[in-house]
This record gives sequence, C-alpha cells and structure tokens, in this order.
Amino acid sequence: MTVLTLTRRGVLALGGSALAMAATGVPAGAQTPEGVLIVGQIAEPKSLDPATVTAVNDFRILVNVYEGLTRYKSGTLEVEPALATDWQVSEDGTEYTFTLREGVKFHDGSPFNAEAVKFNFDRMLNEDHPYYNTGPFPLSFFFSAVEETTAVDERTVKFKLNAPYAPFLSNLAYPTGLMVSPEAVKAKGTDFGRNPSGTGPFKFAEWRSNEAVVIERNPDYWGEPAKTQAIVFRPITDANTRVAEMLAGGIDLMVEVPPTSLSQFQGADFSVAEQAGPHVWFLILNAKEGPMADKRVRQAANYAINKEAIVNDVLEGTADVAAGPTPPAFAWAYNSDLDPYPYDPDKARALLKEAGAEGAELTFYVTEGGSGMLDPVAMGTAIQADLAAVGLKVKIETYEWNTFLGEVNPGLEGKADMAEMAWMTNDPDTLPYLALRTDAWPDKGGFNSGYYSNPEVDKLLEAARSATDQQERARLYKEMQAIVQEDAPWVFVANWKQNAVTNDRVENFDLEPSFLLQLKDVVKT
Amino acid sequence: MGSYILRRLISAIPVLLGITVIVFLIMSLIPGDPATAILGSYATPENVARINRDLGLDKPLVQRYFIWLGNMLTGDFGRSFALNRPVIDEILDRFSATLILAGVSFVLCSVLGTLAGVVSAARQYGAADKLITLAVLVGISVPSFFLGMMMILLFAVELRWLPVSGMYAIYGGGDLPDLLRHLIMPALALSAVATGVIARLSRSAMLEVLRQDYIRTARAKGVAERRVVMGHALRAAMVSIIPVLGIQAGFVLSGAVYIEIVFQWPGIGRMLVDAILTRDILLVQGGVVFVAACYVLFNIAVDVAQSLLDPRIKT
Repeated sequence: MTVLTLTRRGVLALGGSALAMAATGVPAGAQTPEGVLIVGQIAEPKSLDPATVTAVNDFRILVNVYEGLTRYKSGTLEVEPALATDWQVSEDGTEYTFTLREGVKFHDGSPFNAEAVKFNFDRMLNEDHPYYNTGPFPLSFFFSAVEETTAVDERTVKFKLNAPYAPFLSNLAYPTGLMVSPEAVKAKGTDFGRNPSGTGPFKFAEWRSNEAVVIERNPDYWGEPAKTQAIVFRPITDANTRVAEMLAGGIDLMVEVPPTSLSQFQGADFSVAEQAGPHVWFLILNAKEGPMADKRVRQAANYAINKEAIVNDVLEGTADVAAGPTPPAFAWAYNSDLDPYPYDPDKARALLKEAGAEGAELTFYVTEGGSGMLDPVAMGTAIQADLAAVGLKVKIETYEWNTFLGEVNPGLEGKADMAEMAWMTNDPDTLPYLALRTDAWPDKGGFNSGYYSNPEVDKLLEAARSATDQQERARLYKEMQAIVQEDAPWVFVANWKQNAVTNDRVENFDLEPSFLLQLKDVVKT
Repeated sequence: MGSYILRRLISAIPVLLGITVIVFLIMSLIPGDPATAILGSYATPENVARINRDLGLDKPLVQRYFIWLGNMLTGDFGRSFALNRPVIDEILDRFSATLILAGVSFVLCSVLGTLAGVVSAARQYGAADKLITLAVLVGISVPSFFLGMMMILLFAVELRWLPVSGMYAIYGGGDLPDLLRHLIMPALALSAVATGVIARLSRSAMLEVLRQDYIRTARAKGVAERRVVMGHALRAAMVSIIPVLGIQAGFVLSGAVYIEIVFQWPGIGRMLVDAILTRDILLVQGGVVFVAACYVLFNIAVDVAQSLLDPRIKT
C-alpha cells in the first residue's frame, strides 16, 4: 500500500501540475482558422450517399459536395438548370429530355455524362441493378414515375415516365436526385457513403466519426470556385452545448437555434438569419367519426386556437401563422388571397352550439419531438387550453416520435380525434397529394390519417400533377387551397422560419427557402 | 485462485445469454421500427415493407435472434442502419472514448473519495471533517449534467480557459495535452457524485476500524499516527471500500451518458441514446451486450481483488 502514503502536499502538487499543463497547452479561447468555416450541425450524418439519406441534417452537407440535373434558384423554390443546361418535355408530359453540361468531372476524375445519369437512376430504381445493394434508398419513390432512363448520346439523357408527373423537375433538384460518381460507387460499394464523390464546388476530405466531416474547395469545379478553403461540419446534438460553442467561438455558424436562445445572439458579434421554408405544422382532424366529422366543429377548432399566441409566445417568433395547407414559401403556387382563420372564441362557441358538440370529449395525440415538429408538447398544451376555453374537453396522449408515427400514419380511426403533424416538402404537390386525397387514405398507402375526402380536391390535385404548364398548375393549387381551407380537414397552425446564427467573421451567408445550406459563396475571414 | 476465476467466468455465460435475449426482445417489442425512423413522415406501409425487406427485418423473430447470436459468436455484430458502418467498429471507437472518460473519472473519484474519507475520519468532528462533509453533501446533491453545464458557462464561455465540448480540437489538436484540456470538465463533472459516495463510505469504514483494539495497541506502541491511519487502518478498511468502488465504477459508466451528451463526448452512452431514438436495432443490441459483458468482467475482477485482500471471501 505504498501508493497511498503520498503526502497531502504531493497530491496537491500533482493535481496542480496536471491542471496547469492542460490549461496552458494552447490558448483556449478557441479561435477558428481563417478560410475554414466551422458549422455546428444537429447530429452525426448517417451517410454521404445522397440516395440513401432522408434527413435535412445530411442534406446540408450533401448539397455542397454534389449537384443534380436541376437546382433551386437562389432565394426561391423554382427550378433552374444545374448539371443539365436545358430540357424538353413532350406534349403529353411523359418524356423529359435533358442536355447535359459539358466538361464536368466528378471529384474522382471520372467524367459526368449520360451514362452516369442512367447509372444513378438505375441504381436506385432497379432491384436487379448490380449496385442496388448499396441501398436501401428510402426516398427512391420520388422517382417512382420513371419507367426508363436512356443515355441517348454522351450529353443527352431521356426519361420515360409511366404517367405525367409535374413535380419531376423539382424532385430532380431535391437531394435524392444528386448525382454520384458511378466509378466511385463501383470501387467503394457500401462504403461509398463514407467516401463520397460528386461534382460540387467542394470535395470530400475527411470524416472523423462523431467529431467532424471536412470538405475542401474543389479546384477543378466547372463553375465559379468556392470562396472558402474548407468547411467543417461538427455534430453537436445537444442544443445548449451548440449555443455554448457558438458563444465561446468554437463554431462559426449554427443552425436550428432554439427559440429561447435567440436573445443571446443580439449584438454586433453575431448575426441571425431567418428564412421561411416549405414547412407546415398542423393538426390532423378525424373527419370520419366523432365530433370532428362535422365541418362546423373542425372550423370551430380553427377559430378557437390562438395561433398568434403560439407562434409569438411558445415559438418566440420563429414561425408565422399558417393560412392553409400550402406554405407561402411556394410563392408561385400559394394563394395569397386566403387569410388565416382569425382567433375568435365566440364564433367557435357559436359553431359548436350549432353542431351540438358543446362539451365534447376529444383525444389528442401529441409527440415529444420529431423532424419539423418544433415544440410539440408546449404547443399541444396551449392548444388544449384554447379548446378548453370554448368548452371542448381535450385529453392529451403523448408519444415518442417513432411510436407516434406508428400510431398516426395508419389512421386515427377508433383511437383519436386530433393529432399533431408537420411536413417539409420540395414541391406544392407532395403534401396535399399524399395527405388530402381520398385515394391517400391510410388503407390505400397514403398519409390522409384523418380521412378527409372531397372529390373536387381529388380532381384538382390529379389535374395539377399532369399539367406541364406552371401557370396552370398554380391556378389549380390555388383553387385547391381555398376549398381545403373552407373544409378545414386540419387546423392550420404554423409555418416554421428556419434560423441560423453566424459570428462576425462570416460574410455572404444566406438561408435558402429549401432549408438546404448552400455554402459555396460564403467567406470566412 | 485459478479455478475460482474460471468458476466465476463460467457463471457469467448464462447471464450474458440472458442479456442477449432481453435486449433482443426489447428492441423487437418497442413500438416504432427502423424503417419508420428512416422514412419519418414518408413511412407508408408500402415503403416500410420495402425498407424492412432490404434490411432483412421481414424474417420471423426467432430466426432473426439466432442469426444475430450466431453472427455475434463469430465476431460479426452486423452493420448499423443509421451510421452505415460495421457495428463493432462503432462500438470499439465509442467505447474507447467512454473508457478514457470513465476511467479517468473512476481514478479521480476513487483517489479523491478515499482520501477525503480518510482525512475526515482521522480528524473526526474537526474543521477538515466538517468542510469535507459539506463538500460531499453538495457533490452528491447536484446532478452531474447540471454541474457540467455550469462548468461550461464559467470555464468555457465566460473565462474561455477550456473548450466547450468534444474530445479533440478540430484543428491542430489530437495530442495528449489537447485530450486533457477536453477531459478536465467532463471528468470532474462525472466523478462528483461518486466521489461524494465513496468519501462517505470510506469515512464510516475508517471510523469503524479506528475504534478497533489493534489500532489502540499500535498507537500505544508509539507507531506514528500517519502510519496508523494509512498503514494499519486503511488497509483493513479497504476490504469494505473496494466493493463500493466496484459499484461506483458501474455508476460512473452509466452516468457517462448524461455527461457525454452535455460535453458531446463521442462515447458509447451517447451512441446508445442516439441508436435507440433511430431504432438502430443492431447497434443497440451490440452495444448493450458489449457493455454488459464489460460490466460482468469488471465485477469479477473486483471480486477477485477482494478475495486477494481477504482470503475468507473466496469460500
């Protein structure tokens, strides 16, 4: 036991010297290097293979390493040329022919051409493809309309669709449509996701598990080169720790700032960016049975809930009040004549009386948190209180996110009258088509968990999907929004504004309505 | 001694098998599946079925259990759905990070806790005893994650002496001083409660021993007080302190989860929490079995150490 005969002085000296050694090593006021942008992410990415991932967190890295045939025009959700320079759509809307950009190379040196495009789509869609086993490809149904991809010549590629499908161009701009290097996939197999190769302004440099993903400027980029030398994406799952890192200077840019922390970034050292995106937060109402089967009760719920208070007090101004099923970020398809249901408890009471639903008891599914769900418990509690004020007795049942989806997606019948939900999409078609049509009831494989059904809405949505003219599509979507708002299958609550904070060494940073993080033009001093 | 160790090792096998069954059943029975977690709001029954087929989750429960167990016995823990890399690579990476954190914390709490207890007991009701008792009370009462967050605010955000989070600096780090700088706060925060518990128990263990006749005899013989306390009394008290250390090692290991989240330490606790939330079945199962195996082995080691100190225990 000689070890324990250390003197007290000895112990002090030992501890003291260890502390001193540690504390003096490097000046700890963590200054990040010049030309290197350090981004605080919300989680470790799953993979850097764009066809295999579903999370916005992963997309934020991917869109800087890869490009698609099309992309979103900066500041909008409209499509513009990227790796394709132009395209023709056949009269009946089932054939898309793209001309590809010349002189583009993947980071591994292999050429980008029509064969590469064909490889990308075949890998995702064709179960017999030799590299189908590099999946699974959870969002491949974005392209389920593609019947055949043909490489017509080196720079022309043709897609044959099984039916007209208007969202096709915007789905190509979505991260699932980003082009990977076929040669790299062949060389790396399932490890491609950790050794990615695309055509983007940055190329992959290093992935240190649970510490950082590093990407570097691509010197051979076909367009204007990136303005920072390198970007480091650090996964910091705990929001408080992410805020502390930002305050301490350990990161230059953080996304998804908790609403309650925004006040800490007022002042000259930081700037806060905000951008409304294609997001809508709503309550699914069970239109098949119970009190909510009556349209007047559904409208009453829309009048009774104080949405202003929810976005301003619960969400601290990080969202706007939603008016209908389509978020205003889809500027071209958004019906700006529609005003949100005003907060009017008296009108709600009158409607409930008319419907004979005073004092009805309702079951309300609430989740603890999940993708795009914002602050679901606090929001659910506020909603419960507002409905209680007009005489509805709401019983909340709270579930963890995956369990919640398992309860809600198969439909609310026999279980609940209301459920929280939120969607982020890339095309005005997606959400209403998947969640408001009669043919999208859960038993038919859709997400219409509240069993809303209006033949007119069905007709409009089908027509909008087949129309190839954007103005015609816009007209159909606007009409659909007016009908859906009146029918109130949902309580339309909020459209989230994504936020990000940068420190004073970051210039030229903007958030995109697509919620993707384009960092090519950002300068870090 | 050899046969004692062997007997203990054999008795661990049914425990570990039981753990594989329990963790497998829990992961199969909890609501929500990996396909739903991957697809999020896009989880239609059709898409879920397609992903489950691609992941091999459409086979019957019993068959999946034996495939998993069989693969594991050959060292193949499978591939993580959520991280797209072999489970065993991830576990070893993450476990070594936890081992560094928990190991340093364990040494800290064992040494500091025992010393505090010894000083307290030797100076019973003196100023040092009162001060230590108070500090111990505070240490036990403050939740470790709260202590961690307060330390971050003071030492990283206000004073900027230490980095907020992570295990190594992103640039220009990677050496031992860099690791130590990142380790100080999490290790102290993690060891606080255990230090308090160990200090309390070693104080009472020491007090009991110090009242024994042979201590009085030693003092009467004129043995120096330091030798009486550190040599005669502590050695005897260690027999009751060591099992407490063993239990505390378990607490430090499980308490690491909170600390790893607060300090973004890339350890196995955080890995398991993330894996459970994404329903990364193979990673959760592999991780739990691995940690359980380490825990069982550690307890055997503690028992063996105890039997070395006190041969009566073996029988």
